[in-house]
Amino acid sequence: MDTVETTTPRPHQESAAPRPVGESVTRLDAHEKVTGEALFADDLQFGPNMLYARIKRSPHPHARILKIDASRALALPGVKTVVTGQSTPGFIGLYLKDRHIFCTDRARFVGDPVAGVAATTEEIAEKALDLIDVEYEVLPPVLDPEEGVRPDAELLHPELGSYEVANFIFPQPGTNIPNLFKIRKGDVDKALSEAAAVVHHSFRVPHVQHVPIEPHVAIAKVDERGRVTLWGSSQSPFAQRNLIASALGISQADLEVVAPYVGGGFGCKAGVSMEALAVAIAMQVRGRPVKLRLTREEEFYTTFVRQGLVAHFTMACDAEGNLTAMDNKFFWDGGAYAEYGVNMTRGAGYSSSGPYDVPNVRTDSYCVYTNHPVGGPMRGFGQPEMQCGLEQCINRLALEIGMDPMEFRRRNCVKEGSNLVTGMKMHATGIGECLEKAAEAIGWGHKDPPSAPHKRRGKGIAAMWKAPAMSPNAGSSAWIEMSEDGKCTLGLGGQEIGQGTFTVMAQMAAAALGIPYDWVRIASPVDTKYSPYEWQTVASRLTWSMGNAVVAATKDARRQILELVARSWEETPEDLDIVNGNVISAKSGRSSSLKGLVVYGLARPGDQGWIGGPILGRGSFMPTYVTGLDPETGQGERAVVHYTTGAQAIEIEVDLETGRVEVLRGASAFDMGKAINPDLVRVQMEGGLVQGISTALFESLQLQDGVVRNPSFVDYRIATSADAPRDMQSIIVEVPQDDGPFGARGVGEHSMVPTMPAIANAIHDALGIHPGAPPFTAEKVYLAMVDAGLVK
Amino acid sequence: MAHHRISVTVNGSVESVDVPSNMTLLTMLREKLGLTGTKNGCTAGECGACTVFLNDEPVNSCLVLAVECDGAEVRTVESLARKGKLDPVQQSVIDHNAVQCGFCTPGVLISARALLDRNPDPSEEEIRDALVGNLCRCTGYVRILDAVKDAAQVGAASETGGSR
Ligand code: FES
Ligand code: FES
Repeated sequence: MDTVETTTPRPHQESAAPRPVGESVTRLDAHEKVTGEALFADDLQFGPNMLYARIKRSPHPHARILKIDASRALALPGVKTVVTGQSTPGFIGLYLKDRHIFCTDRARFVGDPVAGVAATTEEIAEKALDLIDVEYEVLPPVLDPEEGVRPDAELLHPELGSYEVANFIFPQPGTNIPNLFKIRKGDVDKALSEAAAVVHHSFRVPHVQHVPIEPHVAIAKVDERGRVTLWGSSQSPFAQRNLIASALGISQADLEVVAPYVGGGFGCKAGVSMEALAVAIAMQVRGRPVKLRLTREEEFYTTFVRQGLVAHFTMACDAEGNLTAMDNKFFWDGGAYAEYGVNMTRGAGYSSSGPYDVPNVRTDSYCVYTNHPVGGPMRGFGQPEMQCGLEQCINRLALEIGMDPMEFRRRNCVKEGSNLVTGMKMHATGIGECLEKAAEAIGWGHKDPPSAPHKRRGKGIAAMWKAPAMSPNAGSSAWIEMSEDGKCTLGLGGQEIGQGTFTVMAQMAAAALGIPYDWVRIASPVDTKYSPYEWQTVASRLTWSMGNAVVAATKDARRQILELVARSWEETPEDLDIVNGNVISAKSGRSSSLKGLVVYGLARPGDQGWIGGPILGRGSFMPTYVTGLDPETGQGERAVVHYTTGAQAIEIEVDLETGRVEVLRGASAFDMGKAINPDLVRVQMEGGLVQGISTALFESLQLQDGVVRNPSFVDYRIATSADAPRDMQSIIVEVPQDDGPFGARGVGEHSMVPTMPAIANAIHDALGIHPGAPPFTAEKVYLAMVDAGLVK
Repeated sequence: MAHHRISVTVNGSVESVDVPSNMTLLTMLREKLGLTGTKNGCTAGECGACTVFLNDEPVNSCLVLAVECDGAEVRTVESLARKGKLDPVQQSVIDHNAVQCGFCTPGVLISARALLDRNPDPSEEEIRDALVGNLCRCTGYVRILDAVKDAAQVGAASETGGSR
């Protein structure tokens, strides 16, 4: 097991897994990324035949579209086509098909695509937008999720009952609720009445944006037969193939998605966001590539947002500090269309106890349609927002009964065998160790003096858990083929979005086959026509799920090689091994390089023909054991594949003169089962911590009457190089996952889940003020200090 | 739109390019010269992904008009490695795992190289200041700061760490 690590890379020490698993090898993609050679979607060249698309968007949060007149736009020289909802009557949506590619009768948020233009230059396309005349009848908007559930609320999707929906999502027809997920476990009312302490608090977590540095871009081309090629910055090439093909009524086999490196995703490039627009436009100008590239402004107000949340928590414990009850109500601002929001609602429900053993839980988690931008998955998939309030309440409850918040968490956290909120039994987990190590790393229990008389110091801690929230049968597949010299190419469908997945897949393949790491190449870019199927690059699921497929494919190739050589040597495969690219026999001591034999096979003695042939390994993986949950109680045998757990401990200093909160140090400890590449795990923890700090201290998408008021980097501030804390510790805890490759489970998203509440709890420790909902801006903290009489 | 023929030295080679008057240096590099290493993150001077050297000064190329570059010397990320050998700051970024998605990286490298050229031994505060205009959503910055600091040391040790 690895212990406390600093931010300096260093080789991983001991490891039971075969090399290079457990080693911090250099990223596969690093060299081409520092030279500028790495290709991103906008870098692909399509020649002078390419057209540029721009989108006419609704200026109203809610309106009926009465008439669209494109005649003036079509008359502009250079304009090749104008597309409206008339050409896209099919429905699209990941879990609930509730939208059209272009609006048909209604626009449901500011930015909803109403028409698209393709022209010979971007400037002409932009100019044409002003020449499209749209007549609207403005309708009353729904701008708050709690308002949206009221019986008298304006209905945004009167057809909700007729939409096609996945069987684990429960829409409530005749309301604005595309999903309601309920937990009913134990007797909450009784437990509350018998409790030694009860806290009740509400939080309003604002919308935030993902802000990848690479904006969304898609290039689509449709041939004369209607076959489609789509190049784009995508976390979900296969999901795009499926959803766009079915919306257009074409075969998935006739839609090819090519997905080069992604310049940051964090969820906003998952599923289908703007790509279908490019395809629908390209349908009208066959043979010509059409490029749609979002501006930074569009990036802020038209793409998936991390949806807002209104959360109400009541929780109770007994006199010894054992949690006895939780009563939660969540209202998710799903926005105009359900997309991922319905599943975040579900994920929040089945994780609604937080990482604690709580015998009595009642949760109502509502996804609510509003006239806001569409809620999408963002790193953490609802858990940072939900656990932001939950972990502040846990702190308050601990303090209420006079117990150290860290001790309270350690006492109540889930353990192997715990009966979880859905009735599922918890698997082995290292959360207790994570809590202890994170706390220890910042000197928990010891208060250092502030750096100046006008400053106050505080420490805060928060625990977390998160399961991959996905379809129960989300699958992965992989292949591996060998070149003449024994090096190999690994085919996979998961995307390199910065997390390092190509690197860890190559490590796993090298380890499982018995070849050096630098013998593995990735068949990239991912291309749905040539790459094996992968559900999506989301949910921190690749290391675990795609890793299992890669190991299976590699073992398949290894078996073929060993059987071939055993036959030739007249030995048994069990006596053979592949070590460092050579087949060796433990029995006879013979050895042979892989060179040649993996493609040409082996000659029979005496020139009597050949055996073998080109080696091609294949593997796939799909969880088969996730069961449904009862719609009324949320109870079932196995809600999820597994939970990754962890904790963060943070020390801050608050400036009493300005209210500014500075993070002095942050320690992250997560249990990812097995760190395939320890340093890549550590950089995930660091990046997640800083993204978490950014959302805790700065970020909020300011929505006023449905309009995003801060759609630029100047008005929407994210952390810069000036904001990163110098002292970050990233601690690896490894309690193996029973069905993970080499014991691994995912850890990509988790490091930003506990950051907001850890900082809130530290602010309370410093000032005695509960800061409530983020962002904890200088202004907000200052005003809270004024209210509390801390400053005049 | 009026077009202009300009002459500009890009990564050491003299190019004669026909550019519309409203075309930015960024678009010229990416679309006229096919130098796609320089990235477009905002077209508004706010993210730093498009940073290049213009006459040895780091600039946001999305804010510079191509016509202004007539007679100028431009260097992009593609010029940093020489004869297959990486610039020390490129190598250091690899060694520190200071690259994730890599979209900010070309701009970060140019800003870092510019800093080291004018200040071979920067303090941490100076590195933070020099990179404050280069937004990175992935790394959390600390690895980038460490990489630049170490590249400075390597450069000082070998005395060959400059950009040429
Ligand atoms: S693209 Fe030039 S600063 Fe963002
Ligand atoms: S590495 Fe992704 S933005 Fe910096």
